[in-house]
Formats: sequence, C-alpha cells, structure tokens
Amino acid sequence: MSIVSEPIAENAAKKRGSRRRRGGGSGGGGLHSRDGRMALYLLGPTMVMLALIVGYPIVNAIYKSFQTDPGLDDSTGLFNEGNEWNGVGNYTHWILQQCNAVGGGTETCPSGNLGSQFWDSVWVTLGFTVVTVIIEVVIGMWFAMMMHRAFRGRALVRVAVLIPWAVPTAVIAKLWVVIFDPQGVLNNVLGTSFAWTSESGPARAAIVIADVWKTTPFIALLILAGLQGISSEIYESAKVDGANAWQRFWRITLPLVKPALAVAVIFRSLDVLRMYDLPWVLTQGSNGTQTISILVVKELASKLNSAAALSTITFVLIFAIALVLVRLFNANIVDRGTR
Amino acid sequence: MTTATVDASAAGDREIVVYKKGFNWGGLGNGAAIVVIVFWCLAPFYWMAVLAFRDNANTFDNTPWFTHVTLDNFRYAFDTEFNAFGRSLLNSMVISVSVTVLSMLIAVFAGYALSRLVFRGKSIVLALILGASMFPGVAILTPIFQLFSDFGWLGTYHGLILPQVSFALPLAVYTLTSFFADMPWELEEAAKVDGCTPLQAFRKVIIPLAAPAMFTTAILVFLASWNEYLLSSVLSKGDTAVAPSTVAIVNFTAGPHIVPYTQTMAAGVIVTVPLVIVVLVFQRRIVSGLTAGGIKG
Repeated sequence: MSIVSEPIAENAAKKRGSRRRRGGGSGGGGLHSRDGRMALYLLGPTMVMLALIVGYPIVNAIYKSFQTDPGLDDSTGLFNEGNEWNGVGNYTHWILQQCNAVGGGTETCPSGNLGSQFWDSVWVTLGFTVVTVIIEVVIGMWFAMMMHRAFRGRALVRVAVLIPWAVPTAVIAKLWVVIFDPQGVLNNVLGTSFAWTSESGPARAAIVIADVWKTTPFIALLILAGLQGISSEIYESAKVDGANAWQRFWRITLPLVKPALAVAVIFRSLDVLRMYDLPWVLTQGSNGTQTISILVVKELASKLNSAAALSTITFVLIFAIALVLVRLFNANIVDRGTR
Repeated sequence: MTTATVDASAAGDREIVVYKKGFNWGGLGNGAAIVVIVFWCLAPFYWMAVLAFRDNANTFDNTPWFTHVTLDNFRYAFDTEFNAFGRSLLNSMVISVSVTVLSMLIAVFAGYALSRLVFRGKSIVLALILGASMFPGVAILTPIFQLFSDFGWLGTYHGLILPQVSFALPLAVYTLTSFFADMPWELEEAAKVDGCTPLQAFRKVIIPLAAPAMFTTAILVFLASWNEYLLSSVLSKGDTAVAPSTVAIVNFTAGPHIVPYTQTMAAGVIVTVPLVIVVLVFQRRIVSGLTAGGIKG
C-alpha cells in the first residue's frame, strides 16, 4: 500500500542520499553498486520464497483455469479425463453462470449448482465489507477517543482491547455459535427465541455482530495511534480561538487522524473481502452468508481447475478494490499535504 | 518509537487535568466509557469460561455465573478417544514456531536491505512484498492444493508450514523495514569507521540494536500463524495428526447425539488462556508492532 510504503522508502533514501552527496560523485557511484549487490544477496531469499509459494502457484492457477476438470461429459455421457483446453469456459461458468447442458451447448446453471451462487456470494461479500467496515470505524473512533482521554486504566484497556484480536477467529466463531443458539444466552438476554442462523436476515446480522465485536477494538487501537500523534497545542489554540468540541472533532481530529483511518479501512476491507473462518463456522455459508472464499473451498472439493478460475476472479476483484481504496485515500492525503 | 508516543500522550493528559476545574464530570464519563469498552471486549470470554466449567446437560441454563461446575469438559478435550486436543496444541506449536523461525530468518535480511540500502528497483520490491501481504488466501489455495496433492504433501507438517511462510514473510519484512528505518544507523557507520567490515557491523552492532524490533515482529508472526484457519483446514485435510488447534476446535466432538458446546468452550479456554498471558506480558510490544506496520508519518 503506497500510503504506508512511501515514507519509509523516502526516509531511507533521504538519509542515504545526504551521505552519498558528502562522499562525492565517483565515490557515491561505487557505494551504489556495492549496495546493489548486497541488496541482491539480502533480498534474494525473500524473493525466491515468494516466487515459489506465491508467484508460481498464481501462474499455475491461471494456466489451469483455462482447462477442463475431470468428470462426466454431459454432451457425450462419457467420462472425461480433464485437463483439456477449455478456453474461457471456466470463467463464463462463474461470471455468466453457464453450465454444460445435456446433449452439448450450455445453459444457465440450475439452482443448487455452485455456479449459480457466484454473484450471490459476490454481493454477500461486498455487503459484509461495506456494513462491517462502516460500523467498525464509527464505533472504533469512539473507543479510540475514550481510550485517548482516559488516564486511569489505560493499561487495562489496552490488554482488554488486544484479547479479541489475539484469539483465533475460529475459536471466537465457535463461541458465537453457542451465544447465537436459539436457546442461547443472547436470546435469553433479549427475551427472544430467534433462530439466528436459519434465516438470511438474522444469519447475516449474526456474522456482522460477531465480526464487529472482534475487530472494532483493533481498529480503535490503530486510530488511537493516529490520535496520539496529534499535538495537544493544536487543540489548545483552537480552544482559545473559540472552537467548540464538535468543531474541534470535525476540523482537527478527523483530518489529522485520516491517514490512520485510511490504513484501518483498507486493511479491514481486504480482510473482510477474503473472510472465511467466521461465516464458515457460524453458518457453513448457508442462508445467504456464503462468501466468495467459502465458494472457492466448496468448489475445491471436486473441481480444481474450475476452482482455480474462481480464485483468479477473486484475486482480480480484491486487487481492483484495493487499488480503488488506495487511490481514494491517497488522493485525499496528497491533497491535504500540499495545502 | 513506543516511548515517544506514550510520553506525548502522557503530556496531553496532564494538560487536560490542568484545564479542568471543579468536579471532574468528564472524568466520570470517561470512566463509564472505559467500563463499556472493557465489558465489550471481555464479556463473551466470561461466558466462554462459565460454559467451559458447566456440565453439558445444563448448557442452556443461562444463569450468568458459574453453576453446575464440572471439569469433565476438559477431560473430554484431552481424551484421545474423542478430540486428542493435546496433539492439536502440539501441532499448533510445531507449525507456529517453524513458521516464525523460518520467516524471521529470511525477513531480517530483507528488512535490513529495504530500510538501509539504496539500489535500483527498491520501490518495485516493496510494492511486490506489500502486494503479497494483501493477497487473499483463497487465491493461492487452489494451486497449492493441486501442487501439494501431486507431491503427496497434504496432511504433512511441511505442507502446512510453507504456505504460511509466504503469508508471514511479507508481514515480517514490512514490519521490520519500518522498525529498522527508525534505528540509529550512525552507530553502524561508526563501527565501520573503526574498522568493521559491513558484515561485522551488521552482526555486532545492528543485530543487538535490532533485537527488540525482531522480537516484536516474531510475536506478531507467531500469533498470526497460531490463529490461521483457512489454509490449515484445507491442507491438513482434517488429519488430526497434523491439524492445528484452530481446525480441531471447529471439528470438536463429544460422542454421538451430543452438541458439544461445553466441551468446545473448554477447548476455547485452553487456547485462550496462553494468548491472554502473551498479551498481558507483551502488550506494549504488540501495540508498537501493530502501529509500526500500519501507520507511519
């Protein structure tokens, strides 16, 4: 994420640059080439590792995503060995929801086929992302401001806030399964007898509640770090100039904490877009809670090449959203910096 | 870096105290807010503990304190006939320690190079590493699954460890780069002037200086690996001999026709307590690591 990376790169470059200038032209050149060789040695292992376990699989997945899966061929009724060239067949299967028809050709995937669930999963995932991130940022902002002002119990709060973050999502999801049980404690407290996970509305709400509960404290922590970077003198002079609390929040706190907020929003959005543990453990993706990741894992069980196409689509989708978010926030940050 | 931010905020607090006069209503409001936040964070865990010690027949009693107390759930968790949770914890330990050690060994050098050296293509490397860190797990899951199934690596330790390194590595490199950029590098220069080779300077000056940053990063990597579920559940194929505790806890059983809520909560408590201790001991380091990775400038 370029918002974050630039300062580091710049800092390092600045420090180095000033020293090189002192060293003189030709000496600087020598240093440069020695650095280059050393950088190659030092970065080599990381790059090799990433190439092997990220790079190669992606290339392989893209290659395989254009091939057929083994299985019965509906048009001939014979068993197909798979791994034959299939063009964009796997992609149209997902995006246009086209399945092979009996007797050749294609037809719209029947309900029950995973292909027919692609767009539902996309919208469910995007919906979760927008709703949870908005709620988490709003409540997280409030948490952060309270934690920033508190001078007693600060250490206690910091520990408390870290615990939901530190405990595995799978464990926490199990805990919420118990809490959301029709006879569980939540219904008991609310005086209701909702079957939380058996209807799409409450099931989605359950996932949003569990995710907001787990992640809001973490967002608060990131925002708190941003708040601590704001000098108190700005607030004092604003107070002297007669700005009320509300104006101080909108005109000082919010703009100055924006870089921290941007990081929180981008990281969290990417996390929710690939969300798997929580909806899988809570609902197994039933009742309108199937995220794209769950769909990939389900397809993985029988059709690897088709799953490869789906994971490639997922990757492109998430990458595009990441780019948009970075652009969105970066533009604002640059804007503010030049003013 | 940590101390600087803490000092600044402490100074801020003092200002507020000076300006407030009379009874501190704001302080009371803050106190209430703190109670709300702590309750928010800990209440579900309290409920987990209550159920972990409750006998299964009274799962839905819903009295908000410890009643029908029993230790049977913990026996079920560790009973080899049912869940063999001890084995899962051991698996988690083996996997997380390996992931942490491997990632750190590789990442320290990369972090040093990125924060310290000037070379062509640095911003491309940084972008590549950051790109890898925001990568969705499902995107490499399919090809890794295919590849490892060809190799016969499904349900093996190395089959679980290697993919996690690919996710831990960018996180570690990135956090270390940002820590290293703040280090007093003049000491390295001084060592070189005194006759150290770059490698000696690195080993004798930089490594000791960087130790706290490395330790902090290692904690973050360890926690991330300990909590991983998606890759582990698919690549272990549910094989209890290698599956980590996160996978085991999702597949928890207590025999036929029993919804194993209380037994699962006991396992939850077993996993949670060590993590709470880690958080208690290393809270400052964890926070500084999280913010170093996230927010700069």
